[in-house]
Amino acid sequence: MTDLITPITMPKFGLAMTEGKIASWNIPPGGHVDAGQEIADIETTKITNGYESPASGTLRRQIATEGETLPVGALLGVLAEPAVNDADIDVFIAKFQTDFSSDSAASTQADHAEPVLVSVGELTLRVQEAGQGSGTPLLFIHGFGGDLTNWMLNQNSLSTDRRTIAFDLPGHGGSSKIVGDGKPATFAATAAALLDKLDVTAVHVVGHSLGGAIALELAKAFPQKVASLSLIAPAGLGQGINMDFIEGFISADRRKTLEPVLNYLVHDKTLISRKMIEDIIRFKRLDGALQSLQTIAQACFPNGRQADDIRPALTAFSGPSQIIWGAEDEILSPADAKGLPDTITVTILPQAGHMPQLENAPAVNAAITQFVK
Amino acid sequence: MQIAHNILLRSYRSMRTIRDFEERLHVEFATGEIPGFVHLYCGEEASGVGVCAHLTDTDTIASTHRGHGHCIAKGVGVEGMMAEIYGRKTGVCHGKGGSMHIADLSLGMLGANGIVGGGPPLICGAALSHKVLKDGGVAVAFYGDGASNEGTTLESLNLAMVWQLPAVFVCEDNGYGEATGASYACAGTQKARAAGFGMPYFECDGTDFFAVHEAAGQAIAHARAGNGPVMLHVHLARWYGHFEGDAMTYRINGEVARERAEHDCLKNFRQRVTEVSLLDPSALDEIDASVKDEIEAAVKAAKSAPLPEPADLEADVYVSY
Amino acid sequence: MSKKSFRQAINEALRQEMQRDPRIILMGEDIAGGQGGSAGVVDAWGGVLGVTKGLYTEFGPDRVFDTPISEASYIGAAVGAAATGLRPVAELMFVDFVGCCLDQIMNQAAKFRYMFGGKARTPLVIRAMYGAGFNAAAQHSQALYPLFTHIPGLKVVIPSSPYEAKGLLIEAIRDDDPVIFLENKVMYDDEEEVPDEPYTIPFGEANLTREGDDVTIVAFGRMVNFANEAADRLEKDGISCSVIDPRTTSPLDSATILECVEDTGRLVIVDESSPRCNMATDVAALVVEEAFESLKAPIRRVVPPHTPVPFATVLEKLYLPDAARIESAVRSVMAYKKTKQDA
Repeated sequence: MTDLITPITMPKFGLAMTEGKIASWNIPPGGHVDAGQEIADIETTKITNGYESPASGTLRRQIATEGETLPVGALLGVLAEPAVNDADIDVFIAKFQTDFSSDSAASTQADHAEPVLVSVGELTLRVQEAGQGSGTPLLFIHGFGGDLTNWMLNQNSLSTDRRTIAFDLPGHGGSSKIVGDGKPATFAATAAALLDKLDVTAVHVVGHSLGGAIALELAKAFPQKVASLSLIAPAGLGQGINMDFIEGFISADRRKTLEPVLNYLVHDKTLISRKMIEDIIRFKRLDGALQSLQTIAQACFPNGRQADDIRPALTAFSGPSQIIWGAEDEILSPADAKGLPDTITVTILPQAGHMPQLENAPAVNAAITQFVK
Repeated sequence: MQIAHNILLRSYRSMRTIRDFEERLHVEFATGEIPGFVHLYCGEEASGVGVCAHLTDTDTIASTHRGHGHCIAKGVGVEGMMAEIYGRKTGVCHGKGGSMHIADLSLGMLGANGIVGGGPPLICGAALSHKVLKDGGVAVAFYGDGASNEGTTLESLNLAMVWQLPAVFVCEDNGYGEATGASYACAGTQKARAAGFGMPYFECDGTDFFAVHEAAGQAIAHARAGNGPVMLHVHLARWYGHFEGDAMTYRINGEVARERAEHDCLKNFRQRVTEVSLLDPSALDEIDASVKDEIEAAVKAAKSAPLPEPADLEADVYVSY
Repeated sequence: MSKKSFRQAINEALRQEMQRDPRIILMGEDIAGGQGGSAGVVDAWGGVLGVTKGLYTEFGPDRVFDTPISEASYIGAAVGAAATGLRPVAELMFVDFVGCCLDQIMNQAAKFRYMFGGKARTPLVIRAMYGAGFNAAAQHSQALYPLFTHIPGLKVVIPSSPYEAKGLLIEAIRDDDPVIFLENKVMYDDEEEVPDEPYTIPFGEANLTREGDDVTIVAFGRMVNFANEAADRLEKDGISCSVIDPRTTSPLDSATILECVEDTGRLVIVDESSPRCNMATDVAALVVEEAFESLKAPIRRVVPPHTPVPFATVLEKLYLPDAARIESAVRSVMAYKKTKQDA
């Protein structure tokens, strides 16, 4: 009978996640759930995300209670058809728990890769690598004020058949707080140097926001290194930008003042967790972080406008490129994607703000997977 | 030792300035116009001036509650000092320190100090700064025979030796700690105390500028050369009470008068330099007149200077808060 | 970013700041250790609990000074050095030893700037261990931060975790005023994620470690951890607490405390220092004066008795506030009814 029983386990969102909390069950005990339907909300230290049921069935048991924190892989609940009797479910659960407690330690340890520090010229960059395989490697470039954890819901999914590389831009996260002139072209040169250092000749590039502009500069200066461009809410295609976000991100130094600024990032404001705010405050306290952000903002968004028009680089790029944008973006307008050549696929995701890779990770992951095939 | 003319003139001027400053305060304090209390340095001028003649603005001194003389000897201006003692906004500490806390860190004057024995540990720190920053400076702690019995002083003698600091401990022994005689309060001798720490010891007659200058010169040179700290024991007499208003009933009649008559460092100086024609008496007269005017002007300015304002009450507790 | 202990976080802050600024020097009793010993070994201890281990070896005798057991002279020397161009970090070992050198802190360092008319800068940090829980008895266990908080001219920092310790210590070293930095000796092995890079946490900015609607708990130093523990337990019973870690008692972030009390209407203060004239009385006075109308219940203080810190484990446990006592104080303010007013 056990093949009719499906365990629902604590999912792993991103490489760093080791445990999660059941924020809420969305399906009552005994309720029916379809595959792909959000069965529960899982809260990690970074984000609260809906967990899509891997199968259809009746939620026969809720093992984990709301508010409980459990390691990745732990049993949250059990799906089975009504025909399966309770005794069989009990047996299944008992066996699962025994097996899980014996191998959980070893297995979660094994695939938990920590970011590493890589020296690139005078800079030290924090780099998170994942995956291997025959596919052309993929490089993630985050945006202003972000870091490699912006890809926590994407990097794993996109690493099944290739090497993927996420890194903190200079001035961000755990990388050196040295940003030079703070221009996208300068960051593109750093990204190219990183690829050289990692012995990677060409990559699919996924760039978000300012990271999109950097991706375009990379394609312009080092076309041979760029196999394709996936630009998520990229900068550089228009002039407008929400300066309340940029200026607020720089000036806010307390949770209370930062939260409304971070709310601009997403359509669903509940995604901005206490921990996310705290992490950004902690980043901004690092020596040189604030000055780096100020330099970048001054270089890229002087006088409240985007300084660089990188459309020509996009139209000149000979490889495939696509654009993904949240329809509800409050920082950069999806209208900036208008008027591009037809060869460039533009996907506008409803119910998503400036960070669709977090708000609608499955759609973004699917679009990129399809694109880099 | 040959002393250059300009040093002689400058030293005489300093001593005369201290004398007139203090004598004037003695008079003015009695009028009730000066708040708080003051401790006068009259009679001890040659000590502060003889020591400071060997110092530059790079060098540091820490003083005592009887600090006016050290301040003037280290170059602090009398106008700012007088205004401070009058509690005026134009005072060197904006009227927030008063007589016992006159300081000018830009001149290496680490402050008069209301705490007996407060200076020697600070001077260990200043000497450490000179040593670590390698600026060639020395740090000088002036302290009295009373402070010589403070644990802070004795600890500092030890620490300075342990760290081999460029520090000079100048014990100004005027025979009294407040109203108690040194003969009662100080066991043993200053010399034996220095010896107990293995510290080189110098002593001199503090009413003789030339003696102080000579001994201080040797002591400071020793410390400045990196040979470690030294003690300079200066024998002095205090002409006024512990503070103004002290009737000095604990001293026999005529003790001070005899000191004034026989051990006045200014008279002594004038006699020494004029009998061998080192300086012309008229040059000294000129200094006397000029200092008199300077003190007069300082008092006048202080009396008419603005008082601190209410907003000053809460200012300058911290650099930032 | 990696897990670091409270001890490692402090050591790293000292090291990184010393690398940045050659004017920063360390002094204290046995902060290297072994000088003059028959073995000729230096850096034998790195402080009595190993906090400064390795710094003598890295920075040498011109930056790291072992002192005689002579608090008045070396704390005074730290003050004098600070006033003349260095930026000393002096370790007083146990804060109880302040009895031997209080003059240098209270009458010298704290007063220079004011009594010299705003012209002095005394960039000095005095680090010291505080706190009970180590069976160290009456002369090695006190939580004397109220003593320093009382003195204008001093800043007083009580970090509650390794992350807090590193950021607050770097801030203290860069500050131009004298700072008393107090480390709870029971916490040296506490671990958490601490950035490898230097960072600063500003003074006078309280940290809300929990946010809740029912009760505000203000706790200091190690007590923050107990308050968090109590808040998490109470949460399960539907009592939601805000926990405020003021981080610094001088300056004190009174705005955050008042705002929070205005929201919750109830206040519990947890302070491991002796109960008279301590931070709990200070915060209580602040709230009564400024937020009286918002109080729904009397303020409760969770504090030790007015006794020296006892030695025996059983007595020391009774002495120190803990999560259970905080929990029961919170329950008591929740249960309070304004009976007189109703009648």
